[in-house]
Amino acid sequence: MTAEVTTVPGLSLFVPRTFQVTSTRRETRDTYTLRIRPLEGSSFSFQPGQFNMLYAFGIGEVPISISGVRPRTYDLEHTVRAVGCVTRALVRLRKGAPIGVRGPFGRGWPLEEIRGRDVLFLAGGIGLAALRAPLQYMLAQRANYGQIVLLYGARSPADLLYRTELERWRQRSGLHVFITVDRVDAYWRGHVGVVTDLLPLAERSLDLKRAIVLMCGPEVMMRVAARMLEVHGVTPERIYLSLERNMKCAVGFCGHCQLGPAFICRDGPVFAFPEVQPLLEVREL
Amino acid sequence: MEKRAHLPNVGKALRMEKRHLQVLLDALRGAGYTVIGPRVRDGAIVYEEVRSLADLPIGWTDEQEKGHYRLKGRGDEAFFAFTTGPNSWKQFLHPPILSLSRARRTENGLQWELPNDPPPRYAFLGVRACDLHAIFVLDRVFTGGQYVEGYYEARRKATFLIAVQCTVAGGTCFCASMGTGPKAPPGADLVFTELADIFVVEIGTDQGAALMAQVPCQPASEVDLASVEGRLEETARSMRRQLDITGLPDLLKRNLEHPRWDEVAQRCLTCGNCTMVCPTCFCFTVEDKTDLAGTEAERVRYWDSCFTTAFTYTAGRAIRQSAKARYRQWLTHKLATWWDQFGMSGCVGCGRCITWCPVGIDLTEEVWAIRQTDRAQREGS
Repeated sequence: MTAEVTTVPGLSLFVPRTFQVTSTRRETRDTYTLRIRPLEGSSFSFQPGQFNMLYAFGIGEVPISISGVRPRTYDLEHTVRAVGCVTRALVRLRKGAPIGVRGPFGRGWPLEEIRGRDVLFLAGGIGLAALRAPLQYMLAQRANYGQIVLLYGARSPADLLYRTELERWRQRSGLHVFITVDRVDAYWRGHVGVVTDLLPLAERSLDLKRAIVLMCGPEVMMRVAARMLEVHGVTPERIYLSLERNMKCAVGFCGHCQLGPAFICRDGPVFAFPEVQPLLEVREL
Repeated sequence: MEKRAHLPNVGKALRMEKRHLQVLLDALRGAGYTVIGPRVRDGAIVYEEVRSLADLPIGWTDEQEKGHYRLKGRGDEAFFAFTTGPNSWKQFLHPPILSLSRARRTENGLQWELPNDPPPRYAFLGVRACDLHAIFVLDRVFTGGQYVEGYYEARRKATFLIAVQCTVAGGTCFCASMGTGPKAPPGADLVFTELADIFVVEIGTDQGAALMAQVPCQPASEVDLASVEGRLEETARSMRRQLDITGLPDLLKRNLEHPRWDEVAQRCLTCGNCTMVCPTCFCFTVEDKTDLAGTEAERVRYWDSCFTTAFTYTAGRAIRQSAKARYRQWLTHKLATWWDQFGMSGCVGCGRCITWCPVGIDLTEEVWAIRQTDRAQREGS
């Protein structure tokens, strides 16, 4: 296997392209989806699971998964939760504002390898943002995949992302969706508890002894979920997950995103579970 | 003059009178190089521009131990009878502070401006074997992978390397046990060894040959070459520290929960000195700033250290919070996972991290302690 070598003269590797925000959609109290488009009108292609470095003018740059594209306009979508100064600045951007973009970076989901298979998506919280692009991709070529099930856990009903879209996909695209929350509100009629409690529901639609699992959420959730999946007959090599770390360069130079031998930016963010299983078991690695 | 009797070739060795080093310095300047070499400043030998022999630390040596560095007069006229100081060559190839770009907010978006200066042409004088290895490590990090960092590559390609093999061992050196010295590996343009009255100069490249053609010298004799070998053997023999690298990556990887990490964390101040003086630590951060009006922004790259908590700040919290986790990251990266990432050790045995640690933590001792109570042995497997 020979990797393609990208030689970038001088410092241009670190300079973002300018995009424009075409619209923003508020998903929850602190989470927004930004739709953006290259300013020069040139195209942008990516693999579902890859990420971009989004730059807020004068504030900073953060790695954000590409959450998909908007139908028809093909604007890139990134779902951003406001937790630090850069993400707070990003969600404040309004229509027409310039935004810097470097990317796409990293290794995406193995969507070609798993053609024809049943696929279980397992999402925790904002982790669904990293799973939306592969979901959208698979549903767009529905016939190439078997059963598709999404199990999604959020903290509370108010924290649920993409609610109308998930409902539409459930009705029109043959997606099985099961949602659970940790804390209820007065109107919640659905499941309460951790996301792996929903595994028996998934088993109604697909065979966990053969299905592929794509997973993204807090690391503690993914560690526990991997154990529960094993109990339900999912072998580790059928589990793929997306990891998150601090990143400054996204190309393996800044050192921030290391997890043991792996640079998350370059070797991930998507990994086959056996590649990282022992590393995730070590606290503070 | 003894000049011109023989044109030097790659692989040939010459003998040169010490005073003629000045001729080489002038030839380098004439060829457009800025010569960076050892100088005494603030009680240490650092790397700065060198124009004349008077700039060099002639007659000085350094006394180094855990958390200890002192300069001492030798009472002789030795040019290079010291080892590595707090500086390394990475500060020239991978500068500690570097402006990446400036952006201006305009009517229709952002206008980017990149620094566009041609790379400086440095000649490094006095690159020790360990530091030559360290430059090769940085080459692998920045130019050996999928992406090539163009700024580093341009500086590195423009650099002329004059190695000086060590004829004394420093108190914290352990290159002999790492296989990284005191003999310089191939790759330098010229390799110097200082004998009592002369330098023996081995020609490494055509550029090196072209420069030495301008310097008065003679072919080195068999006796000269034997003296060089003898000096290097003596340097290796007098090196007191060593790091046992047998199975080292696996040793550390199977001992990530070894009690020694908690013990060293009691002493480690997480100050990051070791990462700053290390000739191969390459991590950086990028900071953003604007002018007061908020119309111009700058992105600046700074050396960073895995010993800070901010280093792993992700989605609202730091991943490596404890000193234990941060020290473990540094040591296991340097000695173990570096092999997975770059196919080589991240440590070259220069000993800087031992000398410049304010509490005298010695990585060779830490590895020794883990090896004594290796998990594989504790569990009897």
